[in-house]
Amino acid sequence: MTAVPLLAVEGLHMVFGGLVANRDISFSVNAGEIIGLIGPNGAGKTTLFNCLAGFYTPSAGAIHFDGVSVGGQTPEQAARRGIARTFQIVRIFPEMTVLENVMVGAMLRSKKISAARAAAENELVFIGLEHRRDVKAQQLTVSEQKRLEVARALATHPRLILLDEIMAGLTPTEVREASQMVERIRDRDIACIIVEHVMEGIMPISDRIIVLDAGVKIAEAAPAAIAQDPAVITAYLGA
Amino acid sequence: MDRLTMIKYVLGVVILLLTLGFPLIVTQPSLVNFAILVLMAAQLGVAWNILGGYAGQVSLGHAVFYGIGAYASSVLAAKFGLSPWLGMLAGGVIASLFSLVVGWPCFRLKGHYFAMATLAIAAIVEILVTNWDYVEGAIGISLPMNTSGWAAMVFTRSKTPYFYIALGLLLFSLAVSWIFKRSYIGYYFRAIKEDPDAARSLGVSLSHYKLIAIAASAFLTAMGGTLYAQKELFIDPGSVLVGSLSIKIALIAILGGVGTLFGPVMGAVVLITIEEFTRQMFGSTGMGTDMIIYGGIIVVIAVFSPGGIAALFAERERAWRARQRRVVFNPPGEGI
Repeated sequence: MTAVPLLAVEGLHMVFGGLVANRDISFSVNAGEIIGLIGPNGAGKTTLFNCLAGFYTPSAGAIHFDGVSVGGQTPEQAARRGIARTFQIVRIFPEMTVLENVMVGAMLRSKKISAARAAAENELVFIGLEHRRDVKAQQLTVSEQKRLEVARALATHPRLILLDEIMAGLTPTEVREASQMVERIRDRDIACIIVEHVMEGIMPISDRIIVLDAGVKIAEAAPAAIAQDPAVITAYLGA
Repeated sequence: MDRLTMIKYVLGVVILLLTLGFPLIVTQPSLVNFAILVLMAAQLGVAWNILGGYAGQVSLGHAVFYGIGAYASSVLAAKFGLSPWLGMLAGGVIASLFSLVVGWPCFRLKGHYFAMATLAIAAIVEILVTNWDYVEGAIGISLPMNTSGWAAMVFTRSKTPYFYIALGLLLFSLAVSWIFKRSYIGYYFRAIKEDPDAARSLGVSLSHYKLIAIAASAFLTAMGGTLYAQKELFIDPGSVLVGSLSIKIALIAILGGVGTLFGPVMGAVVLITIEEFTRQMFGSTGMGTDMIIYGGIIVVIAVFSPGGIAALFAERERAWRARQRRVVFNPPGEGI
């Protein structure tokens, strides 16, 4: 008997007017896996994230999370079920302090201020931002803001986290740190799907890589095999 | 507790005691009346601020809730002899329910479009009430003055009791505002204001919390409307449902500082002072000069302190705290 995967996507279509952003995409993610999601710009990666996180209702196809059909869910339902996300362009609460930002995430599981604060402080330590806790979020650097988003998402106690380009614009050292951070998230038994263009950041840590091109899944394999895949090479470098 | 926090607490207690004793020290009726107007305006600003300040949903139609409060208690008192204290509660409940009905569709609109919708709804209600015979239409409702005293909330000899009712309402509204601010709901309000999509991704239902904000705001605003009706003993659409009143309520909070606890109180002090001053200088309605001065002040505030009057104080406090920290790190005499 095979265990039910944490996330199962079957035949997902997402159409905007005449534009097919996602066409017949199927894949599954098991608990505690790291999945890299790559593809050229406009391949439909962020659209897929928006479908998984409830921001878009898929035009067709099914999404099952923990065995439950979640195709038409709202973002707040997704969060409650344990699907957290970050945004490609950071969306922090700029006027709140770093700690307050994370507390808003923690309040999903605990409405008591003191408990939410304690949970948020733990996440800030985990993410390495505790020294900035009382600074207004808008005063952080962009890379700090991206980490803040991750901390805020983790504070909702997800079982699956969708990370959208958290490594973009980072220095090589920071990329290495971000990779280690993703592994530490996985070690908390949280599955990660990472959209990323920074290959050296995700190739070493991903269990599998899924490649999208023009809305279609063109490959899914272990990182080493993906680099050799002719379809992937064509998609990136042209025929 | 550091020194500044202590000073703030002491100052707060002093101001509260002075306010409580004001009608005992100052007996001149016109000054007591002025103080009542400030308290009533402050209460409205605090009520508006829950929705427009904390939750960031700017309403330009709050006269509707004020009017509902004034009309509900007045109709119930004039036609059914109900105590205005119960009428005040009834007005609050009706205004809250009405706010949920209009809020449900209007909260699907974002930013300016929500403000425009509230403006339109207020205008519609004003016209409807003006043409509604049961509530005396444009003629307005006069309240009976034959019974005076606390039970009837009518005071014909001295205005002082209205002062304490207005102060009580203001303190109640501040308490509600403070409780929201300190609870998770206050955090959710701010999250919704600052980035609605990010808030949703953290499990915050936008419509749920916006409806909480508008219902609380409408309830408190309606209570203020009842007090106005009892103080003037006459209401008509032109006094409690007029569009300029909606703008004034919003201005009190915006001028004072949106999303701050005491900002609307400061805004009320400034606005009512200008209003009454120009009224005395230029006759009954001030010939619109108060509006000209309002406009000027709003331009000045928008340019120099977009966060309102309260932001000026907050800025100084931050600067002071930063200085304190520096003093601790580099004690005098041990300079680098």
